[in-house]
Amino acid sequence: MTNKPMIKASGLHKRFGHNEVLKGVSLEMSKGEVIAVIGPSGSGKSTFLRCLNHLETIDAGRIEIEGDVLADTDAGGQARYAPEAEVRRICRRMGMVFQHFNLFPHMTVLQNIIEAPITVKGMSRDAIIPKAEALLAKVGLSAKRDAYPARLSGGQKQRVAIARALAMEPDIMLFDEPTSALDPELTGEVLRTMRQLAEEHMTMLVVTHEMGFAREVANRVIFMDQGEIVEERPAAEFFASPAHPRSRAFLDNML
Amino acid sequence: MDYILRILPQLIDGAGITIQVFLITLVLAVPLGLALALGRISRWPAVSVAVNGYIWLMRGTPLMLQMLFIYFALPFVPGIGIRLPDFPAAIVAFVLNYAAYFAEIFRAGIQSIDRGQYEGAKVLGLTYAQTMRRIVLPQMIRRILPPVSNETITLVKDTSLIYVLAMNDLLRAARGIVQRDFTTSPFVVAAAFYLLMTLLLTWGFQYLEKRYAAHDE
Repeated sequence: MTNKPMIKASGLHKRFGHNEVLKGVSLEMSKGEVIAVIGPSGSGKSTFLRCLNHLETIDAGRIEIEGDVLADTDAGGQARYAPEAEVRRICRRMGMVFQHFNLFPHMTVLQNIIEAPITVKGMSRDAIIPKAEALLAKVGLSAKRDAYPARLSGGQKQRVAIARALAMEPDIMLFDEPTSALDPELTGEVLRTMRQLAEEHMTMLVVTHEMGFAREVANRVIFMDQGEIVEERPAAEFFASPAHPRSRAFLDNML
Repeated sequence: MDYILRILPQLIDGAGITIQVFLITLVLAVPLGLALALGRISRWPAVSVAVNGYIWLMRGTPLMLQMLFIYFALPFVPGIGIRLPDFPAAIVAFVLNYAAYFAEIFRAGIQSIDRGQYEGAKVLGLTYAQTMRRIVLPQMIRRILPPVSNETITLVKDTSLIYVLAMNDLLRAARGIVQRDFTTSPFVVAAAFYLLMTLLLTWGFQYLEKRYAAHDE
């Protein structure tokens, strides 16, 4: 286990019908790294993230998670996936936070958090509840323990979603535009929680439009456009002097 | 009033048959309908096509015809040739027919659940079966209660169709008395019975809707 990359994706190709959304995207990510994936909408950044944990399937390419092969291209150039149980086992190491939270509306905040540890990991309620409560305290929502999601603000929902993902003790956290569905005044609380995670050396891959967060928290920035990685550099460098004309144009638009 | 009390025992016997057909049909058709709904959205085309055909057949022909077929024609179908007594024949027809209607309600309910719920469950490691049982079905139940309530109330009244197999349900019992005594008041009493049964059902479903709506408040 010496310095195996957490995620190693090479040459990912994905098309929806005639629309080629990923044209050979590669990424290597090491433990504790925080990478921000930015780019205009339709650039393929969300699809890229969703391919990594099997929410979308790739057409060609190779994905390795902590050294285990999730998918690889066969001799015929077609992507082949590991057996279903293996895919599930590998993907469980990645937690994911969605733009639209995807909390379970029929369960309280606490039930949302303990559902997967009990159903998937077979943990006992007694073992998981104190842990869930600690996670709720960490995201600052202890008071909402028994509330239903409908009662929460968007920012609170997203913090519950983060706690829910963390309850499965993932090695990697994927964030798919976690603040894009939030009112501007609510993004801060979610970004603070994510910053705290980064400080605890969680490995994080974050698709985001929050340039401030990308600049201050990410170690590396990946700029994607039209299904390709256009530029990939340390965050400070990228924001100080983006090298590619398309990155420059994008940043000028955003800032 | 005396007259009504006098005919009441016969009507109560009839109501007993009606309630039996109703309850047995409900208890069997709901799970069968759920299985059909899951088959209808199955990723194996053979399964969904077969279920589709079944639903078309069951919704496309009269329930009375299905009942007559199972009672009178099934014994002569080569390879099957089962002769069922009247009560089981009626139950089989009702269950097969109502399961088709329930299946469509359940399917619509399942498909109304946002894709994000499946994805949320998947990234947490839940299997398809766990996702259905823990995430999708509990949310579906709340959404399908109104149409299920409708269907259930229709079932109460559809039970009167079993008269074609010469069974003495509530309505046939009433009609028997009407023809014997040359008075229509048994019909009024029978109507009161039906209204009472549907009222209880309405209340029951209202209670369920409230209970399942708890998480929206």
